Amino acid sequence: MIDAALIWEWIIKSLVLILFLTVGFMYVTVYERRFLARIQSRIGPNRAGPFGLLQPAADGLKLIFKEELIPTNADKFIFVLAPIITVIPALIVLAVIPWGEAMVIFGRQVNLFISDVNVAVVYIMAVTSISVYGITLAGWSSNNKYALLGGLRATAQMISYELALGLAFMGPVVLAGSLSMLDIVRAQQGSLWYVVLQPAAFLIYFFASIAEINRAPFDMPEAEQELTAGYHAEYSGMKFALFFMAEYIKMVAISVIGATLFFGGFDGPFVDQIPWLGPIYLLAKVVIYLGVLIWVRATWPRIRYDRLMQLGWKIMFPLALLNVIITAVVVVLVS
Amino acid sequence: MPVIGTIFYTFLAIVAVGSALGMLINRNAIYSALFLVLNFATVAVLYLSLGAPFIALSQITVYAGAIMVLFLFVITLLGAEKLPGYEPIKGHRLVAIVLAFVFIAELVLFFFFRNQVTGPIPLIGPEFASPKNIGVLMFTEYLLPFEVVAFILLSATVGAIMLTKPERKVTTKLSQQQD
Repeated sequence: MIDAALIWEWIIKSLVLILFLTVGFMYVTVYERRFLARIQSRIGPNRAGPFGLLQPAADGLKLIFKEELIPTNADKFIFVLAPIITVIPALIVLAVIPWGEAMVIFGRQVNLFISDVNVAVVYIMAVTSISVYGITLAGWSSNNKYALLGGLRATAQMISYELALGLAFMGPVVLAGSLSMLDIVRAQQGSLWYVVLQPAAFLIYFFASIAEINRAPFDMPEAEQELTAGYHAEYSGMKFALFFMAEYIKMVAISVIGATLFFGGFDGPFVDQIPWLGPIYLLAKVVIYLGVLIWVRATWPRIRYDRLMQLGWKIMFPLALLNVIITAVVVVLVS
Repeated sequence: MPVIGTIFYTFLAIVAVGSALGMLINRNAIYSALFLVLNFATVAVLYLSLGAPFIALSQITVYAGAIMVLFLFVITLLGAEKLPGYEPIKGHRLVAIVLAFVFIAELVLFFFFRNQVTGPIPLIGPEFASPKNIGVLMFTEYLLPFEVVAFILLSATVGAIMLTKPERKVTTKLSQQQD
């Protein structure tokens, strides 16, 4: 049944999600800079506002007023299009994540998810697989050899790690017997969290997802020391800000997906009595997950490019395949 | 069909055909590849509107997300984005025109001589195209074709690995002879 109120509900929920992601992006940058500074025995940005909380606003303002440059021989249309293509998948990937059980708000039953489709995991795979286009096109259209090398590296890396990532999704999917994220969370409420039952799948997901979003120690596409800045070397101003935004939103996205698949999502004590706790639990798990991502970045050196490809194809991919086979056999034997 | 459905379908059809034409006509291989991606995405939306989300998302993942990314990778790696204006194979345009006419003739024949007696279309439930149903069908009714496809893909993979494998160095052979 589709009525006007339902359409408004969808619009409001989508806006809340986009707002959460963009505000989340701003504060993840502060979180990363402050936390990284603490690990490196520095203080970090603490001047703009209390505890440096207004720093992202100051950075955003600065980026808006920066001059936008387009290289002379760049392919202008694709050069402008590439940052937009990079941001869109990052913004839409979380549409299938449940934030909590259904709640009654203003006398109306509201489901705390935008869409609970029965192919949610395939949707996440599809969206992550198209997110490589923006980076490849940015590298090519800049007409700069460093940018092109960065784009090529990104493509090779993301194709290699997508396989392991998809197979890591299969562990929770096989255990829960469903491709829907809500079913996966509910299956974890009944038993242990899947990080306990599927530790191999979780580790593969953790590393493959870091490689997928090109973060340290797998940030080869933008390795400063060898490629200046990689695929976004020629970008400035708001266009650079969009790449920056996409990177941090992807960080939030893989944290939310990881927390939902392996850490019980919105599950927690007393959540069945007080549904308001669901989103709070999920948020807390996401903040911890993000902290671990930043910690990994601060402490591990970047690995060499050929070793990165070897790790993806020769270790993680066979391991993920083995994990799927063993999980499937065990599930069939137990049931 | 309600009016809004017709408008939606017409729009999708125009985008699909337009992007296919754009892919053929464009002389820049990068743009051609992007038009093809747009075409795949439009076809995926068509599947989605027919109530088959699993097929639609598989289409995006496999074609747009894997195959076309690889195409784009090869085009940018080789710097082959500028296509030559001449015909690489002699007379292929003539053959293409003839084949196009054969295809149109086939379509016309199909429209005039197809089975005119059409029964009511059987209603399908929302679970018809669910991943579970597709999986069950694939491993029961269509098991043989599925295994044949799997075998062909496996042999292609092994073949690709054999082709790219570096040849054994002569020095190792010499050292073995000395032993």
